[in-house]
Amino acid sequence: MNITRRQMLILLPAAAVAWESVLAGTPESSPNYKMTEHWWSMLIDISKCIGCGNCVRACQAENDIPDGFFRTWVERYHVTDWNLENPEVISPDGGKEGFPSVTEDQNGKYFFVPKLCNHCADSPCTQVCPVGATFISPDGVVLVDQKYCLGCAYCVQACPYGCRYIHPQKKVADKCTLCYHRITKGLTTACCEACPTGARQLADLKNPKDPIHEFLRTHNVQILKPQMATGAKVFYNDLDGSVR
Amino acid sequence: MMTGVEGYMYPNEITLYWSVLIVLYPYITGLVAGAFILASLERVFRVDAVKPTYRLALLTALAFLVVAPLPLQLHLGHPERSYEMYFTPHRTSAMAMFGFVYLWYLMAVLTVEIWLDYRRDIVVMSQSSTGLKRWIYRVLTLGSSNISERALAIDERVGWLITLVGIPSAFLLHGYVGFIFGSIKANPWWSSPLMPVVFIFSAMVSGIAAVMLLYMLIMRLRREKIDMLCVDTIARYLFYMFIIDFSLEMLDLIHRIYEADESFRTLNFMVHTKLYFSQIVLQIFVGTLTPILLLALTQVLKFPEIVRKRMYSVAGCLTLIGIFAMRWNVVIGGQLFSKSFLGYTTYKMALATREGLLMSIALTLLPLFILWVLVKLLPPWPERVQGAFPAETPTQ
Repeated sequence: MNITRRQMLILLPAAAVAWESVLAGTPESSPNYKMTEHWWSMLIDISKCIGCGNCVRACQAENDIPDGFFRTWVERYHVTDWNLENPEVISPDGGKEGFPSVTEDQNGKYFFVPKLCNHCADSPCTQVCPVGATFISPDGVVLVDQKYCLGCAYCVQACPYGCRYIHPQKKVADKCTLCYHRITKGLTTACCEACPTGARQLADLKNPKDPIHEFLRTHNVQILKPQMATGAKVFYNDLDGSVR
Repeated sequence: MMTGVEGYMYPNEITLYWSVLIVLYPYITGLVAGAFILASLERVFRVDAVKPTYRLALLTALAFLVVAPLPLQLHLGHPERSYEMYFTPHRTSAMAMFGFVYLWYLMAVLTVEIWLDYRRDIVVMSQSSTGLKRWIYRVLTLGSSNISERALAIDERVGWLITLVGIPSAFLLHGYVGFIFGSIKANPWWSSPLMPVVFIFSAMVSGIAAVMLLYMLIMRLRREKIDMLCVDTIARYLFYMFIIDFSLEMLDLIHRIYEADESFRTLNFMVHTKLYFSQIVLQIFVGTLTPILLLALTQVLKFPEIVRKRMYSVAGCLTLIGIFAMRWNVVIGGQLFSKSFLGYTTYKMALATREGLLMSIALTLLPLFILWVLVKLLPPWPERVQGAFPAETPTQ
């Protein structure tokens, strides 16, 4: 094929732009880790969560989270009688230091709901990112390329679960990475490791031997805001209808 | 309890990310689209009465369009990376595609139309003026000094075609801004297929009002007689557009109230508390019903010229306030409530920061300054063009 100098001058910048597009959104690679062999998710067992805040503290220590922002947090729901639409919810400092105790005269049910990015398969945050700095990796983790993010906060608006924030110092979108730097090395996430009751379990949906398959078959499991049709991959066991 | 927070917000929602600058951005693009539609009334729809504002409307559109990306740029965490939107756009992102719509509108529609319309004047002025001005006009001719009758006829024909393309482009420009909000399913205050349509009509309302006010103001400053036929016609179109815009907004409101879905109680409470002043008072009563009433009166009753001028001025100013309030209520209102529907946060506007009050005032005044320069450079008044060729039609 003969390429003239003029064609070359057009092709070279086009190739550079295309290459940048290919490179954007490539997750960090780890030796011996094959992204295509995994599809990560998390299982949260509401009945096991005691609201100790260990997960929040572990996440903040592992990932250097700025004060006042959260990649994971714990909410305490208080539901009285039949009024499911008006639960009383608190999450003081993301539940990092636990929760105020409940006196005996306060009736109704109390339970804790740990929250984190749902690593949605059809994530609205990924859809709206103007430059593709937010992307879903082949192993099912929604990540942000912080060297590429403009900090426009469109993704923050698009997330139905409030899982994203703009890092006050880095000025880019930040969120749970499912401890990508750990799970690609065969470890579990910091929050799962720190949970004293096993209420949080990292799960690999592509691994047929993962106990999550048996669990999903035999339990009443729900995702958050299913009406949003985001393909959320954080599964909640024993989730009350009042949780949103 | 954190200050400014009522009920329960997800902890990351307490900070509000889209500030007054993002309010300004749809406001400014709305003025662009509206001013252009007014200009096209004369060009495409042959509404000759509005001819005195044709060039002014185009220059107004350009002045505001040049400033439109600035609030976005200032709002970004990393403005130095914004070029990535053009080089590596994400195809599923409405915001990424908007960059191209903006460029298309600026480069392929507005500047070309203005250039074609002014080409004859530019060539004349490049020959008649002296010094720096001569050089500026010579550059603006882009090397073409052919102003033969045939060339001008081609200019006219191409300009007409561009205006024809420009109308859907103006709709696209501002409809897209509406889509950026309307397509966010996570946010019930925004998520609505009506959003782009409401944005387009409110854009026309604000743009027409702005050009009408600017025309009356400039005529006053130049101590020239205001063409009442022109202003009456503009006011009539403003009235029609306002009726459509208000009907659409009411349709949205009634639909929300009657449907009363899961978000309704939260949004209803917000409108009656945190948004009460900006939505009920400013947007609906002061900024919509009052100007509609004033304009309706001028349609029904015969007022003397001086009274009509006053009424149009008041209606125009209130319209601009009302449309700004509408943008505010969409952008800020959409971030005041929690997506858990259990609580509310507060927007605290800073004063002298990058996204503060002073910056937004400066960004509002900047297009007016640019317009002043443009009017000096490319006078929209035919009789002020000095040179070998006298103007064909004097100002009415």
